[in-house]
Amino acid sequence: MNFTFSEEQQLAADTVRRILADTCSPEQLRAQMKKGEARDAARWQALVDSGLASMLVPEAAGGMALEAIDFVQIAEACGYAALPEPLVEHAGVAMPLLAATGHQTPLLSPAVTGEATIAVGHPINPWVADADTASALLLHHRDEVHLIDAAQVSLTRETSIDPFRRLFRVDWTPTAATRITDAVTGKALWNDALDRGALFAAAQCLGLAQRSINLAVEYAKGRQQFGKPIGSYQAVKHLLANAQVKVEFSRPVLHAAAAQFADRSAHSRARISHAKLVAGEAADLATRTAIQVHGAMGYSWEVDVHFFLKRALALTYAWGDPAFHRARVAERVFKHPLGPEHTFSRETAHG
Amino acid sequence: MELSYTAEQEAFRMEVRAWLQAHVPAEPLEHFDASRAGFEAHRAWERTLKEGAWGMVTWPKEYGGRGVDLISWLIFEEEYYRAGAPGRVNQNGIFLLGPTLMEFGTPEQKQRFLPPMAAGDEIWAQAWSEPQAGSDLAAVRSTATLDGDHYVLNGHKIWSSRAVFADWAFGLFRAPGSERHKGLSLIFFKLDAAGVTVNPIAKINGHVGFAEIFLNDVRVPVFNRLGEEGQGWHVCMATAGFERGLMLRSPARYQVAAANLVELYKRHQDRVDPALKADVLRAWMGAEAYALSIYSTASRLIAGGSIGPESSTNKIFWSELDIALHQTALAILGPRAELLPQAPDAGDVGDWLDDYIFALAGPIYAGSNEIQRNIIAERMLGLPR
Repeated sequence: MNFTFSEEQQLAADTVRRILADTCSPEQLRAQMKKGEARDAARWQALVDSGLASMLVPEAAGGMALEAIDFVQIAEACGYAALPEPLVEHAGVAMPLLAATGHQTPLLSPAVTGEATIAVGHPINPWVADADTASALLLHHRDEVHLIDAAQVSLTRETSIDPFRRLFRVDWTPTAATRITDAVTGKALWNDALDRGALFAAAQCLGLAQRSINLAVEYAKGRQQFGKPIGSYQAVKHLLANAQVKVEFSRPVLHAAAAQFADRSAHSRARISHAKLVAGEAADLATRTAIQVHGAMGYSWEVDVHFFLKRALALTYAWGDPAFHRARVAERVFKHPLGPEHTFSRETAHG
Repeated sequence: MELSYTAEQEAFRMEVRAWLQAHVPAEPLEHFDASRAGFEAHRAWERTLKEGAWGMVTWPKEYGGRGVDLISWLIFEEEYYRAGAPGRVNQNGIFLLGPTLMEFGTPEQKQRFLPPMAAGDEIWAQAWSEPQAGSDLAAVRSTATLDGDHYVLNGHKIWSSRAVFADWAFGLFRAPGSERHKGLSLIFFKLDAAGVTVNPIAKINGHVGFAEIFLNDVRVPVFNRLGEEGQGWHVCMATAGFERGLMLRSPARYQVAAANLVELYKRHQDRVDPALKADVLRAWMGAEAYALSIYSTASRLIAGGSIGPESSTNKIFWSELDIALHQTALAILGPRAELLPQAPDAGDVGDWLDDYIFALAGPIYAGSNEIQRNIIAERMLGLPR
């Protein structure tokens, strides 16, 4: 039993945090938004240069063969920065899915380096994120996995309130040529993709929550009313403390879910859903609290908090909404053994 | 990160389970705060635990423990709650003062106080609060005046848990003339010493779980001071950190309660509001989250880390979880929620109501949740005082 990250894992997450602190500040986000660009080329290059796109790819396919637990803090860092680029979906979901199909494609090598990206059309999500900048799409058709060139699909933008979220309705025609797995193999792979998508969306929510609290804390230290910083008043302190409590009790659930990802049991899947639920709630409370602490400023376009609020809102309903994840928790709670001796159970009587 | 138990830890779990199966009383004991008889029955249980060397498993063998780490302590607690074993009447001693003695005590003090604590021979009460010093603990006025190799204690302590029946108490006393956090010392005194008067105070459930203590020229040897003179605040905060951070409320308590809640819901789901299902799931998730958090903290401590201000988040989390969990149970019971177990139509009401009433104290004791929120805001988040 060891519930701590390794030095390597901490180092990798620190590296990403540093890159994002340098390249993904709110000012930089605003500049990018003004230019209307989907990607900041230099930022993306800095991220993929450190090998991030290959983390969850097996060695045989040119990857680092790492696990969800190695990536989870990186996804948190992406949430903390409200990163516009699809690092989490590409490296965290698309790449392990493509690699697991075993399909040989010339696309694999540029995708592993991050030179090309792949978008994922999972049936849990009605639209495909970042389809316009992807070279190819992994799409679902009757549980089969299809890989299709971006040129062969028709995209219709669905406008999100999150200015950096690029959602598309995808119209396409499945063919024998696009099919890369059968339905039996595909079903298991889509389940895995859902779990990764939900897990890393939860991680981003946690990052968004902490960032929102930190922004509000900075503001509350400086903003003076009645001759004192507003952060010295208990009414303000307690709002922020409550948000931090939510964060503190989402984090260990998220990290345990990541560590147990490979179990693929009712227990491990319920834990991913638990993480998705509570991280979404933490992000909801923290972002709304941050707006409240900023007062009228918080409701203005000028203050950055709304970027984090909008991303949190989007991710709360992406990769399975709360009702979907509550049902998975219910499955575990009502059909499997309960009690303190089962906290880390790996298998259950029902398999 | 490795979230599974070693073979050794699994074997330890089986050993605890087997021992508890053989020793846990078949009938629940009367509550230790309800009467002298209930208290003494729990003391007898502590002695039984001691015979099996289960009094406090993390302590070194020389003090009556087994020298195992915090993960094994959590396993022990899980089995303990799973078995429905009696409440720990000496929790103020073994969970709060014990770890502090381990850190600040001299070898002689450890030898004197820890073995009888682990054995249940000396049951401890805490004497922090005073009528004018509740949340503002640094406002304590009780004094310890040095007189040769003794202190002379004077003052008035209140809300002292277990003090009605316990043998010893530990509390904060200040050097005459000192102010606020300075000049405080943590001192032990016997509750039957000359000059000590203990008046029971009934709780809202009618139990005499706490008391007020009057100290009138009570002489205790300097040996009874834990830590340096004047360092009482520092020593006391270490106790509070452990209390809030890890040992006061072990997660198994809530996991067992959540499992029972699920069973209660299953029995009644055909007639209750379907919206309660989400509350049941929320309670279960809360208990799991708390357990995972404590495992994470225990791992960090084993790896050489320390408990910091984040321990204040624990206390808020478990106290709110406890209330919500029991409220959900009462909502499932519906009109029977108000019935005491002895009522003719009580059916399966069990202890839900009693435990709910107990849960209401959670946001108050061990430092009110409002004080915890101040600590989180100031020491974790860095907001100005």
